[in-house]
Parts: sequence; structure tokens; C-alpha cells
Amino acid sequence: MSVSADRVDVRKTYKLYVGGKFPRSESGRSYEVYAAPRGARSAAAGTRGAFLGNVAKGSRKDARDAVVAARKAQPGWGGATAYNRGQVLYRVAEVMEGRRAQFVNEVQAAEGLTAARAEAVVSAAIDRWVWYAGWSDKYTQVDGSLNPVAGPYFNISAAEPTGVVAVLAPQRSSLLGLVSVVAPVVVSGNTAVVLASQDRPIPSVSLAESLATSDVPGGVVNIITGHTAEVAPWLASHRDVNALDLTGAADVEGMAWGDLERAAAENLKRVLRPAGGGSGAQEPDFLPTPDLTRLRAFTETKTVWHPKGT
Amino acid sequence: MPTFDYAPAPESRSVVDLSPSYGLFINGEFTEGTGSTFKTVSPATEEVLAEVTEASAADVDAAVAAARAAYTRVWSRMSGTDRGKYLYRIARILQERAREFAVLETLDNGKPIRESRDVDVPLAAAHFFYHAGWADKLDFAGLGTDPRPHGVVGQVIPWNFPLLMLAWKIAPALATGNTVVLKPAETTPLSALLFAEVCQQADLPPGVVNIVTGAGPTGQALVEHGDVDKVAFTGSTGVGKAIARSIAGTRKKATLELGGKAANIVYDDAPVDQAVEGIVNGIFFNQGHVCCAGSRLLVQESIAEEVEARLKRRLETLRVGDPLDKNTDVGAINSREQLDRITELAAAGEAEGAERWSPRCELPSKGFWFAPTVFTGVSQTHRIAQEEIFGPVLSVLTFRTPAEAVAKANNTPYGLSAGVWSEKGSLILWTADRLRAGVVWANTFNKFDPTSPFGGYKESGYGREGGRHGLEAYVRTGA
Amino acid sequence: MTTTPAPLVTAAGQATRATEHLGVTRLTNQALSSWLHGLPGVDQVGCDARAATLGTRSIKTTAKAWAIDLAISMIDLTTLEGADTPGKVRGLCTKALSPLPSDPTTPRPAAVCVYGDMVATAREVLGDSGIKVAAVATAFPSGRASMAVKLADTRDAVEAGADEIDMVIDRGAFLSGDYLTVFEQVAAVKEVCGTARLKVIMETGELVTYDNVRRASWLSMLAGADFIKTSTGKVSPAATLPVTLIMLEAVRDWREQTGQMVGVKPAGGIRTSKEAIKFLVAVNEVAGHGGAWLSPEYFRFGASSLLNDLLLQRQRMSTGAYSGADYIPDDSPSLY
Repeated sequence: MSVSADRVDVRKTYKLYVGGKFPRSESGRSYEVYAAPRGARSAAAGTRGAFLGNVAKGSRKDARDAVVAARKAQPGWGGATAYNRGQVLYRVAEVMEGRRAQFVNEVQAAEGLTAARAEAVVSAAIDRWVWYAGWSDKYTQVDGSLNPVAGPYFNISAAEPTGVVAVLAPQRSSLLGLVSVVAPVVVSGNTAVVLASQDRPIPSVSLAESLATSDVPGGVVNIITGHTAEVAPWLASHRDVNALDLTGAADVEGMAWGDLERAAAENLKRVLRPAGGGSGAQEPDFLPTPDLTRLRAFTETKTVWHPKGT
Repeated sequence: MPTFDYAPAPESRSVVDLSPSYGLFINGEFTEGTGSTFKTVSPATEEVLAEVTEASAADVDAAVAAARAAYTRVWSRMSGTDRGKYLYRIARILQERAREFAVLETLDNGKPIRESRDVDVPLAAAHFFYHAGWADKLDFAGLGTDPRPHGVVGQVIPWNFPLLMLAWKIAPALATGNTVVLKPAETTPLSALLFAEVCQQADLPPGVVNIVTGAGPTGQALVEHGDVDKVAFTGSTGVGKAIARSIAGTRKKATLELGGKAANIVYDDAPVDQAVEGIVNGIFFNQGHVCCAGSRLLVQESIAEEVEARLKRRLETLRVGDPLDKNTDVGAINSREQLDRITELAAAGEAEGAERWSPRCELPSKGFWFAPTVFTGVSQTHRIAQEEIFGPVLSVLTFRTPAEAVAKANNTPYGLSAGVWSEKGSLILWTADRLRAGVVWANTFNKFDPTSPFGGYKESGYGREGGRHGLEAYVRTGA
Repeated sequence: MTTTPAPLVTAAGQATRATEHLGVTRLTNQALSSWLHGLPGVDQVGCDARAATLGTRSIKTTAKAWAIDLAISMIDLTTLEGADTPGKVRGLCTKALSPLPSDPTTPRPAAVCVYGDMVATAREVLGDSGIKVAAVATAFPSGRASMAVKLADTRDAVEAGADEIDMVIDRGAFLSGDYLTVFEQVAAVKEVCGTARLKVIMETGELVTYDNVRRASWLSMLAGADFIKTSTGKVSPAATLPVTLIMLEAVRDWREQTGQMVGVKPAGGIRTSKEAIKFLVAVNEVAGHGGAWLSPEYFRFGASSLLNDLLLQRQRMSTGAYSGADYIPDDSPSLY
């Protein structure tokens, strides 16, 4: 972003992240993204900062391709050992740490933060990966149970990934919020199709680049930039999507999250509603350490019975 | 050859004291209600058992108001220990009146007395006993910080296990401090109304449990009521989706326990005699009116002929008839409507080219009856392999490799349960890992326990009932 | 009761048949082992559950009366005590001939079962009444003796007039995987039996697992058993319903494969009418084949006190009032 005195800088093309690759939108479209003015609560509030770039404007077909990629990747990712998934998630934190200056710049521009605040947010985002990485081989222990049924049976309940999860990333918290919703989805073995913050998408592209270089298998996380209200309904109604995280649907113009939940009912997707719920939906503060709500929301409890005899 | 003909062994009806008509149970009392009435019949004989009130929207409103008042004034303020003691009382009364409940359930539902006596009623009591103990231990359940109730819970239950489903719904709701308005199915309201008497005998504070009888519109009024905080539904996937749509965009939470099309996988190294029993229990238990019924038998090709032969021989010994006879294995279909649906789907199976077989059995001339039926030569694309029949109809498919078995088992929008039979431990675990189903029965089938979470993947619904996991749906946690 | 005499088979002939059945050229322990371990496994919990469900059948009124009479006719009325005397055996035989003198419609038990040295006494009392004389042999109950002694024991009983021989298998050999020894011993005893029917006691309480019960059942049938029998009555547990269920499945499946009918005899521990009727329900629903096993020719109860309980129940059904021990004459009234 900064212009060097003696050199014309090389600008980046902001593309989608689907199936481990970085395609342009199949629609050939892009949209202009601007920095948020310092202190702005919302970048979409009419005020506008510096031009940051033309970002790929993903279409319903891009979302469809992303679901295909996510579905294809799910058995392998869900079938990987928890130890392996934990290491991969930790690796994301390592790679992000190496690029933290870039993330700080991008978050600062996207969210209109002070440098110090942006530093804190990026640190928290990196630490969030570390937090969830550690859960990979613990949540089944914490959430599972051996059930003392009244009979000669071994009976055990354990959590499994629910499958492909469509995630509406928070609109404001472009990196920390994004990481806070993606990590709990993938740590258990789900794969994700993520709609990035509409007006603050640039950190999501850099996150995609970090994921692509962090041993995260292609297709495990797919990130679509573009207009939320245009693409979200297609994901909400997609019958090969198992769950829907509506965190980023709290206050999107031209879209009611209840409509997405209603569409999701067609194949009984698991739906994580925006915080606050009802008409009071809002984006939560992502800085505090989370609980297991998000992780649990995208797992299924499987109970297996087996007789015990000689 | 000598034949051992079992003489009729009917359970006495005298233990049940049926009223000609029943009102609604609201705020601890039976009230007349403002709606019309409907008749509940014995599906085995078509005899009218009683007239039951069809709760109107106003009645539902009154019930919700009673539940709200009880929640605010009494139940949410009571210590967990005392709540638990009420649940223990209920459990004990269910045990004391077990035979009465069993006979009533069999009369109203058509299921064999052997099952209502040995399965439904004891398990219902066990559910209350189990959840009673949770009431003062929720902080230890690992559900999150500060677990607390939602408030008023609206519950709608099906006709296949009327009392047991009531217990699955009411016990965890009360243990966690919620109050309840429950609507039993329109064809099987009687055991819920008898349960209302149990609440009275237990001196449960008025309004903590309210029972409103009626059909779809009553259920809809309850689910959509603005002062209901949480909905719990067991029933068809179609209605489940409608409920999910109707609460979309609200603060109302829901758990849905819906349909299924379970695969029962029999590998060639299975303990074959027990597998045959498991197949029979899987699909003919409760006339196949079981959401988790093993309606698709997937048998390895190398033993398919042998298993089919053994299965058919076994089915010849099934005793179909008077549900009150203690030796009856298969009772009546719950309603004419359900019988029509089963008949239609079975006809579709034949039309699509599957081979239909039933054991010789004489069906009673009155009532709703369907002979145990097996379809062989079924393909995945047949309707009888895809749609939930909810009746005593088994579709037999074959497979060659474990991967094929798993792929076929999962090739359905449902994901409630599955079975797997093998003497090879690693194959069992490999298969169980890959089955997309909430309950996997390995070398057994259709086993239930209050400590064991139950519920489905995919279109079989969401949320779990039973066990520690079942509590999650009934509490809020966190700041 | 008409009884088909057992066909005369030599041990060598039995081995030849077995090789044919197994499709091998020579009967080796390895061949037997592969065959027996290739049988489908038995899931204990599932088997117990099935037995328990059969046990919930409610047999009332006419069905109960019929079942009681059938059960009486299936009893091998047994005394196998070191303290047995000719006098006691005579009393037992007299009881078999006339279980309830006050009611001549009462059926007679199938056989009287005694030690070999009592065969002549029993034979003398029972004469040509049709009630069989069964003798335990082969160093009953442990079976721990040389083959020569076991065969002599058997021969002695047959010569004294035994119609049926209840032998024990070598459980030690079976449990150590030496199936060939068990086969050879059964086949050898079978040859010595001549026309006497051979019941093979597996002592299921010592075999412990249901898989072993299934294998021992098939091994016994392959070696020429006319009956497979649970127990000596000297080891606990003796006859249980699940074990009998497995044996009924075995004879049913053996008939499917070979066309041969082999009988089943649970023995020991069955003391009440209620229990006995549960076994008959199992015979009815598990063995099937139109009730082919519902006859003393193919199903027996090895029991002593069971007879008197059946008689009490029979009186209860005919008089409408509960009866008592004083109304059942018996030479050993203290036994029940």
C-alpha cells in the first residue's frame, strides 16, 4: 500500500480461494474495496477511505464450486488424525506470525484501527489458531462420554464433524472474527465455505495465502469474497451443505438472517444464529477467549453400542 | 407332527379405568377446553376408546400462560434438589402404575403388550429416574458456565412410543428447570392424559406440566406461540422442516428428532443367528413404527441367500394379532392413514420389480393390520429403499465390499441410526466410524437407555435426547 | 412311544462319513478345527436376549395342559448318586411306570436314567413297558479314564439291557483343541452302543463359551451322536435356556445339511413346570420343522424333581386348586 519514493510497487490481485487454488471469479467480476476511515465502526457507512484494490466478486457458481471442493476434501480432513489436524492448525499460526506485519497493515486499513489496536487484533487472531489447534485432540474427550447403560453393552458417544459448513464471516472483524469462526469449524474435521466480510475482504485473502502455505489441504477452507446478500442465499439453500454459520449475517443490508435460516430448513442444516438472535442480532466481541459453543455447533454426537460377552 | 398352539393369553383390561371423555390438563387441573372433540380408537379393533378435546389456539395460550406462571413463580426458583425429588416421585409412580400404563398404551397404540410392558413403560420410568439425578448437578455436566433453563418449552411427540416419547421430552425439560406444554399425537393421547394424573399424584406444582391434546393445528399453535422459548419435536421430517422454517429468525430454539431409513449391515462373518434376531427386532419391533428402524438390510452377497432363508424361517414364527395377547410379537398398525401409506409403498415396491414375501399369518378382520413383509432384490433407486415406510416392511439389498456397504448405507438424506454385524472387531469399528448416523448398533439393534444420547445426522434432525448430551438442548450457558 | 433304533455304525464308518461331510480326504485335527472354527459365531448377549424373550411366552389353559403332559413324557427320570441302591432304583422305576396312581391318564416319562450297575435292576422293573433304560457311561461324570475303561463301561451297560447310553466327552481334550480325540471317542462309543441310542454329554458348564457349545454340538453330531445333551448335572451351571437354544439351532441346521434328526437333552437344574415350558417354547420356535423335535424321541429333560412339579401343576389344572406334596406319592419325597 505504501508508495516507495524510488519504485513503483507491485500490487496484488485479490482472488478467491477455492479447492486450494486462487481463481478469479467465474463471473469475471470484481468490486472496489476501500479502507475504512480511522475510528469508523462500519466501512459501509457512507464514508470511504483510500482505494485498496479490486477484489474478486464471487458468484453463486463460485460458491457452488467451493461446496464441491469442500465436500471432496471433507472425508480426508475429517479422517485425518486429530493430532495431525492440530499440527496443521498450529502451522497456520506459525505462518501468520511470519506475515504479521502484512496482516497488521491490512487490518488497520480494513477496520480503521490504530496501529497498536491492529497489532493486538492480529495477535489475538494468531493466538486463536493456537487455542483451537490444541482442542483438536481434546474436544472429543471433553464432549464425549462412556454411557453406563443398564445392560451388558459398551456404549460410547463421541463428536464427529457435521460435514460441509457454510460460514458467513463477521462483517466488521475482518481477521480476528474470521479466524474465530473458521477455526472452530475446521478443527473438528469439517470443511468450510466462507463468505468473507463484504467490505473488508482483504485480510481474508491474506489468510487464504497463509492457509495455502500451512499444510491445510486444498478445499478444507474455501474463501469467497463478494456481496454477502447475493451469495449467502445460495449457500443457505444448498442441499450439499450440512450447516450454516450466520455470525456475519447480523446486519447485512438487503438480507434478513431469518430468511437464510428458513432456506436452511429445507435440508435441516444445523444453523448457528448470529449473536443476540431475533431482531437484536449483532456481531459479538471476538477478543475474549471463546467457549466450546462454536465447536459444538458443527459436530454430531454419534453413539455406538456393542454387546459385552464371551 | 405335534403342534404347540399357544392358547390365547390376554392381558386384562380391567386395570385401566377409561373415561368416556377427556379434557385438557392445564395448570394442574383437567379443563374442558374451548375447541371441539375427536375420538381416539383402538387400532386393533377400531373400538372407540374415548372422546378427547381438540385444544384450540386459546387453550394453547392458556396452557403456555400456566407454564410461564409456573416457571416464573415456582419452578425456576426451586432448588435443583427439590426439582429432582419431584422427578423421582414421578418415576416411582410410573413404576407403581406400570401395568395400567402398559395396557392403556397397547389399547390406544396397538403395540404388543409384551413391548409396552417390557420396553415402553420401564424405559419411561427409567428416563425420569435418570434425569431426576441431574436436576441438582447441572453445574457438573460440562455444558458450559452457569447452565440455566430457557423457560417454557413446547413439545410435540409422535404416536409410535407415546409414553416413552413423553418421558424423553418432559424428564430433561423439568430436570433443567423448564416448564412444559406437551401435545401428544392425535391417535394416541391417552397415556399422556394418564400421565397428567401422575403429575397430580406427585403433587407437581400446577402449570409445570401441561398437556394439550389435538392434531396438527394444535401443535402448530404451540410451536408458533410467542411465549414458547424452546421447541422439541419428534415426528416426521416433513413437519420437522416446517417447524424449522416457522421458528427461523426468532430466538426460539429447537431440537428435532425426525425420520430415518437405517441400514442394517450384515457382514459375512456375522454371528448369523443373532443377526437374524437383530434384523427381526430392527424392523418388526413396534410394527416398524420406529424412526430408527433397520428398514434397509444390507447383506454381504456371499451369505445373502443363507440370511434370507434364515430370516424367512424366523418370520414364520412371528405371532401377529391381538396386541393385548402376551404372546403377540407384531400388533396393529396405528391408524388407517398409516396403513394406507404402508400399503401404497409396498405396492410401489412390487411395481418397481422387487420380490415381495410375507409369512403365512392370519390377520384379524377388524382393525388396521399389515403382515410382516420382506422385499428382496431391492435396488438403491427403489422407493422402498429410499422412503421411510414406518411399517413392518424390510428391503433387502446386497453388497460385496465394506466400502460399498458404507456407501450404500450413507446414500440417503437421513442419518438417524444404523446397524452393523460382524465378529471382527476392527471391521465393526471401521464401519461405525464411517456411518453417518447418530446411533450405531453393532451386533445389536433397537436398544435404548436414558444414559445413551439419541438423535440424528442430516435430515433426521438435530439435537440429542438422553444422556449428558440431551441436557444441552434445555439449557442456556455462558454470560 | 415308538423309537427308531439307532443305525449300526462302526467308528471307521463314522470317520468316513465325516470326511465326506467336511470334504476332506483324511480326518485330521486340523480339518476338524477349520470346520468347527468356520461355524458362525454366537453373540452371547444376543443369544441370552433371545432366550429371555422366549421365556416371556405366556402358556395358558389348554396349551399349558398339553405342554405339561408333553414335558412329563420327555423326562429321563434320573438318579445318579453314589448312595443309589437297587431298592431306590426300583422305587424310581415304579414311579415312572405309574407317576400318579390316582390319575391313570398321567403320561409316563420317557426313560429312567441310572448308573451302569443299576441297569439290570431298572430293566427288570420296567420290562417291556416302553419306558427306556438309559445308562450313563464312559467314566461319568468326569470322563477321566482310559478309552478301554470307557468302552468297557459302555459295553457293560448295553449288555445289561440299556436302551440308551449317556456318555461324556473329554472336555480336557476339547478345551485344548484336540477335537480329533473327542471325535474318535464318540465314534468308538457309538460303535459299542450297537442299537442303543447315544446321548453325548458336552458338559456345557465346563465349555463356558457359547462358541464352544456350538462347536461341541457339531463335533458330537459329526461323530454320530443321536442326542446332544447339556450336562451331567454334577457341574453348575447345568442346563440353561440359552445353551439349549444354541443346541437347538445346531440340530436344526444339521438337519438342513444332512437330513438327519438329532435329539437334544437339557439335563440338570430344570426343576419347575414353568422352566420346562420355556424349554418347550424354545423347541417350538427355534428348532421348527413343524414341531419335529416336540416329541420324546428327539427332546428329553434330564431331571429328577421336575416330574413331581409337573404332576402338581397337572393336578392344579384338573382340580382347579393348588396341590401339595402330600398328594404326590413318591419313594423319595424329601427330594423335592
